[in-house]
Amino acid sequence: MGKKILLANDHIEGIRFLDTYRKHGGYASLEKALKSMTPEQIVEEVKTSGLRGRGGAGFPTGMKWSFLAKPEGVPRYVVCNADESEPGTFKDRYLMERIPHLLIEGMILSSYALGAKTSYIYIRGEYFYVARILEQAIDEAYAAGLLGKNILNSGFDLDLYVQIGAGAYICGEETALLESLEGKRGNPRIKPPFPAIAGLYGCPTVVNNVETIAAVVPIVNEGGAAYAAIGVGNSKGTKLISASGHINKPGVYEIELGVPVEEFIYSDEYCGGIRNGKKLKAVVAGGSSVPILPTELILNTAAGEPRLMSYESLGDGGFATGTMLGSGGFIVMDEDTSIVKNLYTFARFYHHESCGQCSPCREGTGWMEKILHKILHGHGTLADVDLLWDIQSKIEGKTICPLGEAAAWPVAAAIRHFRKEFEDFIRNGEHVNDVKHYYRLNNLTALIN
Amino acid sequence: MSEKTILKFSDETAAIATKIVARYPEGRHKSALIPLLHLAQAEFDGWLSVPAMDCVAEFLSIQPIEAYEVASFYSMFNLKPVGKCTLEVCRTSSCWLSGAEDIVRHLEKKLGIKEGQTTADGMFTLKTVECLGSCGTAPMLQCGGDYYENLTLEKTDKLVDSLRAEGKARVYTNDNPVNID
Ligand SMILES: Cc1cc2nc3c(=O)[nH]c(=O)nc-3n(C[C@H](O)[C@H](O)[C@H](O)COP(=O)(O)O)c2cc1C
Ligand code: FES
Repeated sequence: MGKKILLANDHIEGIRFLDTYRKHGGYASLEKALKSMTPEQIVEEVKTSGLRGRGGAGFPTGMKWSFLAKPEGVPRYVVCNADESEPGTFKDRYLMERIPHLLIEGMILSSYALGAKTSYIYIRGEYFYVARILEQAIDEAYAAGLLGKNILNSGFDLDLYVQIGAGAYICGEETALLESLEGKRGNPRIKPPFPAIAGLYGCPTVVNNVETIAAVVPIVNEGGAAYAAIGVGNSKGTKLISASGHINKPGVYEIELGVPVEEFIYSDEYCGGIRNGKKLKAVVAGGSSVPILPTELILNTAAGEPRLMSYESLGDGGFATGTMLGSGGFIVMDEDTSIVKNLYTFARFYHHESCGQCSPCREGTGWMEKILHKILHGHGTLADVDLLWDIQSKIEGKTICPLGEAAAWPVAAAIRHFRKEFEDFIRNGEHVNDVKHYYRLNNLTALIN
Repeated sequence: MSEKTILKFSDETAAIATKIVARYPEGRHKSALIPLLHLAQAEFDGWLSVPAMDCVAEFLSIQPIEAYEVASFYSMFNLKPVGKCTLEVCRTSSCWLSGAEDIVRHLEKKLGIKEGQTTADGMFTLKTVECLGSCGTAPMLQCGGDYYENLTLEKTDKLVDSLRAEGKARVYTNDNPVNID
């Protein structure tokens, strides 16, 4: 059995409500921190824990926290990134709708540690009902003296608000999120300055993912060292994985970092194997932005080692033969899947979501979608594959924010590992693997027309 | 139109809006813009007409253009009239792998409209949208604040029939019940 920390109590009836949450140890961490720890001690524990940002980039949280500027008389903010829009990712939603108080407790702890008196949870607009769940939980917390003035008689004051977005993947990028929270279009800012120096309203700000903030609760409770004892290498603790696609048991799984990918896909504890007894073809392991890998490279590294669910192991081999843990959005594709068509849905996504500030991204995502659309229509030429490669290579590193890379990497990886499938598709005008997909292709073509 | 239409929040909505504005520091009331545009959309027939956006701008004492430029950036804001119920079917990878196209096709046939269109009786608008964070329960669609997951053609039929029988507008409002299993 894997170790569960965040979701240890997710199936307890009523855990969404304060009473039940407290009955199962909820807010013990906060009481401990406010009674016996200084803010600096909490930051130290988070550093010791080795916790890395769970939003996708995996940046060490303790280090990020220690960068926060603390000028006299200037407010500081903690902002939780609950925008969760990376295709294939739905773990934050699960955590927030099941155990909203875990996030709220994490927000109070983080705000205390960082000296914030007002904090915001920025949640994607489509999660409207989740925002309502959070707001109800926040009301409960205020009523119980866990938020507001003089929390648990500690002298610490905090106001916590939920801010809803309105449909824009880019607002998950932290500076776009801050713009959006200021009531503007979600255009990412040029960095530096980083939010730690000039974030919300120009004040020092820490932006962290929902899962990162929630992990602060067990870290304070059990100590950073206990958290660091879980996991493997520099991948400490547990990670929530959103598993979807052609598997028997899609859902959110909390894994101890380091579980072998093969076990994760095939064991009944997790995905339960491929649906309908089919064979595995490919996996996008960390959300739509990370490179897709074919079966042989996702199960084992190029060196023949079993691939593990960890930052290092998934990254082993760089982009030539590896990928990234990313947000933990684990999309599984069976043998009948058309990589070309799946890539089209990604390309369309990034084109739709580009904020339009930077020409390489705005134009490049549009061209990639158009060319894939053309290929899907049976009008592709072999030169189009090279053209796609060329376009993606001209986006990476040339944009204000990493949405450019996020759009380029999936295209590059699909061509890198499945070039022949693109060429076959172009030669035959369709994906020839099986009849069902031929039928689906007709559907898709009609949809496009 | 010769005279300019002027819209105003109902007293109830204005009270909610005032509470939202109080969440931000002094002078940062513009932060309330997106939440208030949602309120306006819910109050004024599910879309943001120019007068609806003007109402928000006026409430926040900002320039109308500041409301327009934000409204036009975010995909949840409708800048054109929509049906009482907007069916938003996710079309991204995991949903696509699980048959989202079949759902879209089916809805197009059932409603007699194409994606992006509204039925003649003004009841339904059909849209495709990007990943809604429901990939593990794909395929799915959203209508108003509610998620409908693990869709099959039969389930989709039932949903459409029940929404039609209900005949009510579905918007994002605080009255939506919170129902999770
Ligand atoms: C295009 C884009 C979208 C992103 N979307 C999200 C998101 O939905 N949720 C999230 O937590 N981080 C997202 N990020 C990462 C954030 O910029 C940021 O790194 C993160 O919120 C930091 O929190 P963490 O260190 O706890 O992961 C996104 C980044 C980019 C470039
Ligand atoms: S791909 Fe449809 S909800 Fe994520």
